[in-house]
Amino acid sequence: MKRSFDFVVKFANVNGSGSASANLLFAKSLFRMGLGVVPKNIFPSNIQGLPTWYEVRVTQTGRAARRDGVDIMVAMNAQTYSQDVAEINPGGFLIYDSSLPRAFSRQDITILGIPIARMCAEVYERPRERQLFKNVVYVGALTALLDMDFSVVKQGVHDRFKGKEHLIRPNVKALEMGRKYAQKHFDCPLPIRVKKGRGDSDRIMITGNEAAALGCLYAGATVCAWYPITPSTSLAEAFEKHAKRLRLDKDDKRQVAVVQAEDELAAIGMVIGSGWNGARAFTSTSGPGISLMAEFIGLAYFAEVPLVLFDVQRGGPSTGMPTRTQQSDITACAYASHGDTKQVLLFPADPKECFELSAEAFDLAERLQTPVIVMSDLDIGMNEWVTKPLEWNDARVHDRGKIMTAEMLDKAQHFGRYWDVDGDGIPYRTLPGTHPTKGAFFTRGSSHDAFAAYTEDGRINAENLDRLTRKFATAAQVVPKPVIRKSGRTSKLGIINFGSTEPAVREAVELLAREGYKLNTMRLRAFPFGKQVSRFAEQHERIFVVEQNRDAQMRSLLMTEAGIPGEKLVPVLNYDGMPLTAEWVRQQIEAVIETDKSVAKAMRLSMRAM
Amino acid sequence: MTYMKKPLVKHPDLPKNELGLTRRDYEGLVSTLCAGCGHDSISAAIIEACFELDLPAHRLAKLSGIGCSSKTPTYFLNRSHGFNSVHGRMPSIATGANLANRDLIYLGVSGDGDTASIGLGQFCHAMRRRINMAYIVENNGTYGLTKGQFSATNDKVSKSKKGEANLFEAFDLCTLAIQLGAGFVGRSFSGDKGQLVPLIKAALRYNGFAFLDIISPCVTFNDHDASTKSYGHVRTHNETMGRLDFVPKMQEITAQYDEGETVSVPMHDGSLMRLHKLDDEYDPRDADSALATLRKRYERGQVVTGLLYIDEDEADLHALLNTTQEPLNAVSMDKLCPGNAVLQKINKSFR
Repeated sequence: MKRSFDFVVKFANVNGSGSASANLLFAKSLFRMGLGVVPKNIFPSNIQGLPTWYEVRVTQTGRAARRDGVDIMVAMNAQTYSQDVAEINPGGFLIYDSSLPRAFSRQDITILGIPIARMCAEVYERPRERQLFKNVVYVGALTALLDMDFSVVKQGVHDRFKGKEHLIRPNVKALEMGRKYAQKHFDCPLPIRVKKGRGDSDRIMITGNEAAALGCLYAGATVCAWYPITPSTSLAEAFEKHAKRLRLDKDDKRQVAVVQAEDELAAIGMVIGSGWNGARAFTSTSGPGISLMAEFIGLAYFAEVPLVLFDVQRGGPSTGMPTRTQQSDITACAYASHGDTKQVLLFPADPKECFELSAEAFDLAERLQTPVIVMSDLDIGMNEWVTKPLEWNDARVHDRGKIMTAEMLDKAQHFGRYWDVDGDGIPYRTLPGTHPTKGAFFTRGSSHDAFAAYTEDGRINAENLDRLTRKFATAAQVVPKPVIRKSGRTSKLGIINFGSTEPAVREAVELLAREGYKLNTMRLRAFPFGKQVSRFAEQHERIFVVEQNRDAQMRSLLMTEAGIPGEKLVPVLNYDGMPLTAEWVRQQIEAVIETDKSVAKAMRLSMRAM
Repeated sequence: MTYMKKPLVKHPDLPKNELGLTRRDYEGLVSTLCAGCGHDSISAAIIEACFELDLPAHRLAKLSGIGCSSKTPTYFLNRSHGFNSVHGRMPSIATGANLANRDLIYLGVSGDGDTASIGLGQFCHAMRRRINMAYIVENNGTYGLTKGQFSATNDKVSKSKKGEANLFEAFDLCTLAIQLGAGFVGRSFSGDKGQLVPLIKAALRYNGFAFLDIISPCVTFNDHDASTKSYGHVRTHNETMGRLDFVPKMQEITAQYDEGETVSVPMHDGSLMRLHKLDDEYDPRDADSALATLRKRYERGQVVTGLLYIDEDEADLHALLNTTQEPLNAVSMDKLCPGNAVLQKINKSFR
């Protein structure tokens, strides 16, 4: 593959300076040209003044993973110049604001100075404009340097400022200023440049949070109660935005209620109240919110109230790294709350799956009458991903689970809220207000019998706990199945991964295959684990478990809940808060293959089987 | 928490309400609270109020937190769905339930520990959001289930049974409620059924957040001479601000009071609250006047009871959120799910 078709442009900015929308314009223009783009926003937990970066990996082939190493650095933040310049690959390019003279020590890169601040000061009057348009000027210069389709970029400006048309002209002017300066002063285009790609025109560029919000809308969620926390905030906000438009009755009244709660405890409390009362309800949060919600999650588990909870994971523990990505809430969510509790988890791997699995989550929650936690993360939730378009099957029937209507109650001889009539561990529920004399019961977090009556009889309580175990076994049969990809059919080496690590893992598998190491992969999509998970473990001698946390949380879960022997599961752990790269995964796995004798043995076994 | 059922013996001559139901049809299981507990009188008053209002019990949902008071919803309204949630968090459950179905009546029962300590935040925010519900605090100034610790409503002058001093000032829940947006605020005494039943009836019919602080002595831990939450203290220091009549829809008004001393407040369902004021100095429709009266009387050591404040035009959360009239849990999926054609348009906006 020619390097010119796989390069990384990185923007180093000061946060609060208006760079985000210019950088997005750059990424979106390349996307619209049909190229593979992987934008990653690396931002501080701060409003104004701290360093922030935006990376765009551009590929001809549509790679989806982040890549280390910078080919073009747009250094707009004097605070981080030396760090940013050091990151540039040999042979790469530095674009900087040359309004003030600067000296850079590297001889192995090409330095392109543009007097951006001076240009803006000459053209724009207001200080804010002079600041904002600096960002647009460098995008303009890049359009010339990379030989981008300028009409696509200009169209991007038009779309961005729809409804604020007076802003279009000054933005286009700033683009042209940068473009003309580059054309006049530099040898355009650079050796690194783009060609119009073949990319599928139906692709969309969307964040996981927005897609998940649309999933909730299509699932028929009517109540959203939430508390602001990075990186989950944009999920609830996107839901409200779409619902305000798409959920109006004939009198323009809303068929939805969105409440910003006073804290995460209240948020999940409201969701439980709504779920108990028969509305589809959800909340979205991140790690600290999960800790706060834990008591209520236990109530919903034990009282069997359906709800959907999004955990858009960030760096932990404690406040941790609020603007960095991790997968470190796995055990906290799988066993959320005190006592014997187990929760149903779903693991979307990209925005399209955020849409699909969030819709699926509501069906599962009502079918299983239990909380379903959708385990997203900051990388999927807040970064723009290029995915296939979202699809909804209009023939799909929402699964509302086992609810007794007034007619059913009239026909039934008995009603026991926690009575396992069907033997699958899932009882029937009634909604308040259904029938004048039948079906009322008392929902409680205290121990109860099959008829929801309070009991201190330990045997009855144990029976109820056993039924909940049966229900969890039913869950294992109905949750989304893992995605298994065979690289070498007979390979005895495998990889287990889940969530946002998928693009890096898939690319790493290709890189490893090129070096002669064939690995099969299984991407988990849900907990509890179905029988496919144990089968995959049986078929492989050594399995690398790739996850973004320190304590190998998924590996622990696989050992405890799927009974896979620990010695089979090799942890591959990343917890620096950055989206995973294929190169890192390749290095980790290759190092083990080349040093670990047992893995080498598994390799030989695979070879022999071939 | 009780699991003992009451025997289903009905005397044929028991009086029936408009629905053909007797008081027995509004009862619950046998109470397991201490004999003489004020909470049982409140449960009886709730039963009486619902019977007299001809309420279809299944259209009411009873919610509570944790504590002696939060156990009581099992002792009334067997035909209602109940939700005994976690400690101090009933307001959020009630908020969610109300969002899902605006057509039911929501009755929250809590205690002073559940509301004024662990649940203070949720209590305040439920009022601020103007949830359409009746919220009763069965206030005895003490933690009964954990054997007699002070709660945040115990007056500073009020000692424990063992004579230990209380170091901290009490929260006055009625003052808080008026300040934070409850549109209907009353205080009563578990031993005054005549005052309590009309207040509960009006609170259940009120369209907005109706708060009742009901002093309910704890016979085991806080009913001694040094307590301000004892039967004796409340009986001798009770200052009733007015007598309330609740006149259901279409019923003739029979009680007669002198002109000028009676305030008539129409309810959204066509019924009427008539308050006969015993104190000329204050107007229950004026929050400032109600707050000043509460403070003045408290400083005199009096326990002010009756309907203390009412906002006749309170808009509830659904009005504020502009939600549809149809309960959200009943809106059909074809209205809620926009369909694939709309989704394809949405896709275009992400290209």
